[in-house]
Amino acid sequence: MILHLTINGREQAVDCEPYETLLNLLRRVGFTGAKRVCESGECGACAVLVDGRAVDSCIMLAAQADGSRVTTVEGLGDLRDLSAVQTAFADNGAVQCGFCIPGMIVAATSYLEENPEPTEEQIRHVFVGNLCRCTGYVKPVEAVLTAARRMRSGGNGD
Amino acid sequence: MATELRVVGTPARKVDAAKLVTGYGTFTDDFFLPGMLHAKILTSPHAHARITRIDTSRAADHPGVHAAISHHDVARIPYTSAGQSWPEPSPYDQYILDSKVRFVGDYVAVVAAETPEAAEDALGLIDVEYEVLPPVLDMHDSMRPGAPVIHDEPESHGMYDAERNVAAHIEVEVGAVADGVTEADTVVSEDYFVQYQQHTCLEPHVTIAWLDEDGRLVLRTSTQIPYHCRRMVAFALDIPVRDVHVIKPRVGGGFGNKQEVVTEPLAAVLAIKTRRPVKLEYTRRDEFTIARMRHPQHLTMTVGARRDGSITATHMKVLTNTGPYGTHALTVTGNTGSKPLPLYRSPNIRFEADIVYTNLPISGAFRGYGAPQGFFALESAIDEMALALGSDPLEFRRANHIRKGDTDPVSAALAEGSAKKPRVMRSNGLPECLERGSEAIGWTAKRRGGMPLRPNEGPLVRGLGMCCLMQGSGVAGDELAAASIKMNEDASFTLMLGSADIGTGSDTTLAQIAAEVLGVPLEKILVRSGDTDHVTFDYGAYASSTAYITGQSVLKAAEDARRQIVSVAGQMLQEDAEALLVADERVSSSSGKTVTLQEIVMECLYGEEKTLISGRGTHATKESPPPFVAMFVEVEVDIEMGTIRPIHLVTAIDIGKALNPAICEGQVEGAVTQSLGYALTEEIVLSPEGRVLNPTFMDYKILCAADMPKLTTILVEDPEPTGPFGAKSVAEVAINGPAPAIANAVHDAVGIRLRHLPMTPDKVLEALGRL
Ligand code: FES
Ligand code: FES
Repeated sequence: MILHLTINGREQAVDCEPYETLLNLLRRVGFTGAKRVCESGECGACAVLVDGRAVDSCIMLAAQADGSRVTTVEGLGDLRDLSAVQTAFADNGAVQCGFCIPGMIVAATSYLEENPEPTEEQIRHVFVGNLCRCTGYVKPVEAVLTAARRMRSGGNGD
Repeated sequence: MATELRVVGTPARKVDAAKLVTGYGTFTDDFFLPGMLHAKILTSPHAHARITRIDTSRAADHPGVHAAISHHDVARIPYTSAGQSWPEPSPYDQYILDSKVRFVGDYVAVVAAETPEAAEDALGLIDVEYEVLPPVLDMHDSMRPGAPVIHDEPESHGMYDAERNVAAHIEVEVGAVADGVTEADTVVSEDYFVQYQQHTCLEPHVTIAWLDEDGRLVLRTSTQIPYHCRRMVAFALDIPVRDVHVIKPRVGGGFGNKQEVVTEPLAAVLAIKTRRPVKLEYTRRDEFTIARMRHPQHLTMTVGARRDGSITATHMKVLTNTGPYGTHALTVTGNTGSKPLPLYRSPNIRFEADIVYTNLPISGAFRGYGAPQGFFALESAIDEMALALGSDPLEFRRANHIRKGDTDPVSAALAEGSAKKPRVMRSNGLPECLERGSEAIGWTAKRRGGMPLRPNEGPLVRGLGMCCLMQGSGVAGDELAAASIKMNEDASFTLMLGSADIGTGSDTTLAQIAAEVLGVPLEKILVRSGDTDHVTFDYGAYASSTAYITGQSVLKAAEDARRQIVSVAGQMLQEDAEALLVADERVSSSSGKTVTLQEIVMECLYGEEKTLISGRGTHATKESPPPFVAMFVEVEVDIEMGTIRPIHLVTAIDIGKALNPAICEGQVEGAVTQSLGYALTEEIVLSPEGRVLNPTFMDYKILCAADMPKLTTILVEDPEPTGPFGAKSVAEVAINGPAPAIANAVHDAVGIRLRHLPMTPDKVLEALGRL
């Protein structure tokens, strides 16, 4: 079947099987930011924004995203123009292996839109769906607090 | 060299951070080759069986399938999957595919097809007949007379006693423990049980294998050990080492699980057979069932002490379950004794262990490498001893811990590498760790003192516990690292490293060392690492070796390059090279003459005397200085629910020198978090037939952000004279801690001793007599 999606701002027609997950489709067409970790909605490493809402793309059929705007971590910022959240993760030592990080950045970005002034406690609860085996969550949580502060005072990336 | 450090010691942004936060394709699987096939593995449903007949022809004929192979199609070469230096101290008891299966999940056959679905379908078309054999499903049964022999094949070698299912055996004694026990006024002797723990690297094992245009085998693979992997795959496939090229991209977590060669040999065989690129990737279920785990153990720990508080005997006896293969069997359990036992001065120390085969999941390397098991036993027993003698556990540890200048009597007897000489403690910041850590937790104010529960108290009771820890920095006498550095046309430098950054930040830390020596900012150092065709040899990322060992090789390479730069500058400035200073991207004399690195490199490349600036350094050592930790934890025990909630955990850690404090803290926080799971929630549940019943994150509980206690990390710097800028290791030591500290805190809270991990509510309630 042919789907019509807007991926990171660009409209695309993509051929896919009816049983294909959104994660698989995205990785197949070159957006490898979303990671394949558990493929059962337990870890959040595959999180992307579908019409602005963070979802685990491994448990969403690609067909369900037909007609939607999909944003992956690649769409949030660029190597030379990081978003506020990406910058804060990079500068706070929040990135170790980095495999869980795209999912955390996507989740945090969408949450900060809802709540620009989060508490540490609230961020910890947002991250309940994002497993990380490297960091102990201390620095990722600090990174989101830092990003929120900077965004409120009008700054963004580097 | 400038005396004030500019780059080393700063919390610099990691050199790979930007590509990781943007999701830029950087991991093994973020990569695609035209014509790539997908491999799937058929695994054993039986814990122990012989394959009496296997026929893959129907699978091979399935549409889209390019190869379907069984043990009939591969040479029978025994090898080990343990990524260690040659000759590996692990038995050669594995085969790429074998006619016998030794646990539920063992490899039976493998298929490569154009789509994952076709490969999966083809697995169902493989005809296999098994002769089911009686299994060994409890390590206590392995050595029983008449137990089924797991390795009865004649080709395997290197096991201690295959007939009795003993993969390895250890027995060492310093002094005479029996005398020490006799001299003691008080003896504490208890049994401790520790479970399987899975690494759960978020990135599973994955390898993409293909033949390049010269017919050489290329392995793009998620590994901690690019060079060992290259040698081992060449050996297992019986092809020359020069025909194997290993590429380690970014790695999504290793923790020891990727100090194993598990997907590479199969992927390689398929790529050679099909002449197509082949991807073999474990699923999450595979990680939980057929990858590796932390070794389960039954430890018996005996400590004897005099009334005056001096220790007279320390005795640890261990039974280890290595599973069906002996990968890292000897050395992991060696560390169970050699890391903890030197921590407290004792004239009589004995360590004995049997590492036995079972038909259960495969144990292997896991961060801490045997030490977490040993420290759980030792630090629980030391706590008990302190209280039995009526002293404060903090004071008892203060009085007995190893001092700077002491030699470690155990290391020589137990040395894993070739360093059969006592290890001298040249640095030891443990006193400062104890001081600052106890203050941060509020030790004296908050100790409950093991008071029995008052009838009207509860249900939430708090207590404080602690432990001390040590580790090593590399394997003493069994490490080699090299680095090379070249100066580029824009006065930047390319640093080439054989070491493997697996998320630890070593590329960054090592670049900081180079930048410091060369007087340039960090962004002027480009790091190339982990590719056996393009960088120099290195043992790889394990044993907490990279900062300490590879760090020295980088220091030497950068100094070599700096010498060459200064010599050219000397000619350009007409000054004595010896007296010149390199800093701020220029070379200056005391008389004020100066030349920029840019001018120097142009002179080198295009001037009169053409020359290339290129430095190299290699490093090997017999030293392995331990980092030290004093860990403190406050817990809250719910005596009705049986839950243990850690509230605040303080890690005061002496690492010699924090080369990058943010990275160091991250290593500690991550280690502690993994081990909180080990202490409280993580457990592989096995069916009576030996099948893993909880191979998902839903059923195997690792901690999430909301489960975490407050973590405080205190970096203590007692400079290590043999380390680069005074540094020793940081990555592993803290993982040894939370379990004993929590067990001791639970005792402080409610007066029970938990000696069986994980400390789940059922065990708490049982110990409280409430079940
Ligand atoms: S891979 Fe989608 S939630 Fe884990
Ligand atoms: S940074 Fe490695 S899993 Fe989170």
